[in-house]
Amino acid sequence: MANTNNQEEILTCYHCGEPCAEELIPFDDKPFCCNGCKMVYEILNENDLCNYYDLQSAPGISLKNRDYQEKFAFLDNREIQQKLLNFSSAKLSKIVFKVPAIHCSSCIWLLEHLDSLREGIITSRVNFVRKEVAIDFNPQVISLKTVVELLATVGYEPEINLQNASASKTKKENRRLYLQIGIAGFCFGNIMMLSFPEYLGFEGLDQNVQRFISLANIALALPVVFFSASTYFVSAYKGLAQRYVTIDVPIALGIIALFGRSLYDILTQSGPGYLDSLAGLVFFLLIGKWFQSKTYESLSFERDYKSYFPLAVHKITEGAKEVVQVNELVAGDVIEVRNREVIPADAILLSSGAAIDYSFVTGEAEAVQKKKGDRIYAGGRQVGQPIRLQIVKAVSQSYLTQLWNSDTFQRQSRYDTLIDTISKYFTVGVLLIAAATAAYWYWQGPAHILNAVTAVLIVACPCALSLATPFTLGNAMAILGRQKFYLKHMTVLEQLWQTTRVVFDKTGTLTKGSAGNVHFHGRLTQEEKNLIAAAAAGSTHPLSRMIYAETFATRQLSAGDFTERAGKGLQATVNGNQIQLGSAAWVGAQEPQAHPEATRVYVRINGALKGYYTFGNVYRQQVTETIADLRKYKLSVLSGDNEAEKANLAAMFPAGTEMAFHQRPEDKLAFIRQHQEQGEKVVMFGDGLNDAGALKQADVGIAVTEDVSAFTPASDAILYGGNFHRAGKFLKFGRDTQKVIFASFTISFLYNLIGLSFAVSANLTPLFAAILMPLSSITVVAFATFAVRGLAYKYKF
Amino acid sequence: MAVIIVLIIVSVVVAAGFLAAFLWAVRSGQYDDTVSPSVRMLFDEKKPKKNEKKTQT
Repeated sequence: MANTNNQEEILTCYHCGEPCAEELIPFDDKPFCCNGCKMVYEILNENDLCNYYDLQSAPGISLKNRDYQEKFAFLDNREIQQKLLNFSSAKLSKIVFKVPAIHCSSCIWLLEHLDSLREGIITSRVNFVRKEVAIDFNPQVISLKTVVELLATVGYEPEINLQNASASKTKKENRRLYLQIGIAGFCFGNIMMLSFPEYLGFEGLDQNVQRFISLANIALALPVVFFSASTYFVSAYKGLAQRYVTIDVPIALGIIALFGRSLYDILTQSGPGYLDSLAGLVFFLLIGKWFQSKTYESLSFERDYKSYFPLAVHKITEGAKEVVQVNELVAGDVIEVRNREVIPADAILLSSGAAIDYSFVTGEAEAVQKKKGDRIYAGGRQVGQPIRLQIVKAVSQSYLTQLWNSDTFQRQSRYDTLIDTISKYFTVGVLLIAAATAAYWYWQGPAHILNAVTAVLIVACPCALSLATPFTLGNAMAILGRQKFYLKHMTVLEQLWQTTRVVFDKTGTLTKGSAGNVHFHGRLTQEEKNLIAAAAAGSTHPLSRMIYAETFATRQLSAGDFTERAGKGLQATVNGNQIQLGSAAWVGAQEPQAHPEATRVYVRINGALKGYYTFGNVYRQQVTETIADLRKYKLSVLSGDNEAEKANLAAMFPAGTEMAFHQRPEDKLAFIRQHQEQGEKVVMFGDGLNDAGALKQADVGIAVTEDVSAFTPASDAILYGGNFHRAGKFLKFGRDTQKVIFASFTISFLYNLIGLSFAVSANLTPLFAAILMPLSSITVVAFATFAVRGLAYKYKF
Repeated sequence: MAVIIVLIIVSVVVAAGFLAAFLWAVRSGQYDDTVSPSVRMLFDEKKPKKNEKKTQT
């Protein structure tokens, strides 16, 4: 909205930092944007926890439009408690919550001082990286439900689902990698130290000392080979068992050659061996692996419908309410769904009316009005009065679940990454060179065969090659992450290289999910606008909120005599004027036949019809910029809506853009698959759960969302909605990383060539290997890092 | 020259001590979350007491 205000300055909320545009509640000399924020401040103030506000200004989470009553009632169910609690005894329960709202040091401070907020909480500890808080509490003093409600009241509503519990596996894997790196580093350093006399060409060592050093080297190399490098052997073996040559095969081969040759040299006293190179190689490889394993743990890319469904509902049996688990519901059960609760299964409405908000399924902001007897699909949210529903299909058979369980969603994408493709040829090449070398030395001097062949295997070990990808893509991923474009894995970037087509979903992706473009048809004086604003202020209907936000009131008036009829409209008396807002039938206007699909809200003041509001789509800022950046690709637009926006879209997109309307989730999925069958690589931008199928089918599915920690369907990448206008640049940047990788590969091949030329002539000395191998790795890592940073600078990231 | 063997052993043992410390740190979960401890150490140690005083600056 344009700031044609005559107010001095918009104050920002002391708690959450949002502008107090709609409401301003002064309390304790501080401005608050809503009662929720004020209440949190009061709670903290009472308990002397205002330190929260000193650590970071306005750290709170906005509590607008939140309502928790009865939402967590299901936590009183014993079975559910058992599933959620990590440990429980009479006096101690332990639980770990995922809290996506954790974002700053104040959050950590407050969440770790929960014990002073409420009796019964023993300790609480935050894991910031995983956005988790572990709470120990005494179940005799405080119930699980109260703990969750307490968290929710102060703005940290935990995400509760039964899948959360499976996080511990990755943790263990990560720890193992740290241990491997630590041990490899320790051994590498000590072997280097012990090899110093060798490096310096120091001849005068005592025989015994020499032997001792050699044996110590072997002892230090053992944990490197058998513990630190074990993952390479395992994965090389697994790959070969599936007849798949991964980059780990030549690595494992190199490690074995290094170790075997060194053992032979040392035990026969024919040379000092290559153990320093071996330890260094493993150390560098593991660091590359560690770099590769860094991902956005706190974001969830794999969520499916289950995370959004409630765990339990209120079932009505013979007039009595009972909390049951959702998956125990069968067809015919009657359930009660309250305000803001998700409808868990396809059902028939028994109550007289309902307003179902499908925003998280379709991205549509408007609640859909339903009448008694209407069928309601799972995934919607009731807004307003509690409603009763009769289940027609068990949860596992309902619409959304079926969509998710269909085969396409199970599709495991196994595609060759660039490094996989190269490693096939690479391994074969190395083996051929080794064979040729062996053949040559068989004629020239059989004594050198072993020497030359092992040297080939050692020097061809693709350390630098395998570091090129993680460091290039890892850096690129970190840079994109800073631009709020989060990739699930670095292979997503490789997928971007081959993209030929970009598909957009309209609602929520090209357009903004929530705000609408409110337009009034007719004429209003400022005084009339004030009246309308006052009347609309009393309603929580999304359309009323939009009208209220759009109609700038110069005077605060209060409405009296307020009545609202769901699905029809509202009526209020403001300053003695009668205001009616609502459908044509409600205000008694003629409904036009031309655009029956467009939503209109009519206005009648003191009996006189003033005109109507329409609600158009608001396109994201600079969508055209994104489209211009993507001109190289073929473009498509899919929409679940009608064709009302076709003209607008056609004006924005270049000629030849495919557009399809009235697309159901299955249609979107089929659309993408059809193009893939024609050999295209498709990138899809979408947002809602109804895009989830298409996002998963696409080679790269990008979820566009305003709140990256909140809702995202299963996707390969998450893009913050505010940065959508740069999406084109992100894709271009992703493409350019390919050049960096190719350049890095070239460098590493050059090193390999130099090394090989020494190796085949049986001239590879341990000292030379000890210099060449780390040098090649460091060069490649440095090149990849700086080249990617340079690219980022070019794109002004 | 045998003294060098003693020196080597001593140096490796010292280094092994640090390695052991590192292994213990990883196992006890100190590398699981590398953000919050850095923030946590800056918090005031005093436990806020109820009803001590109402306002704070």
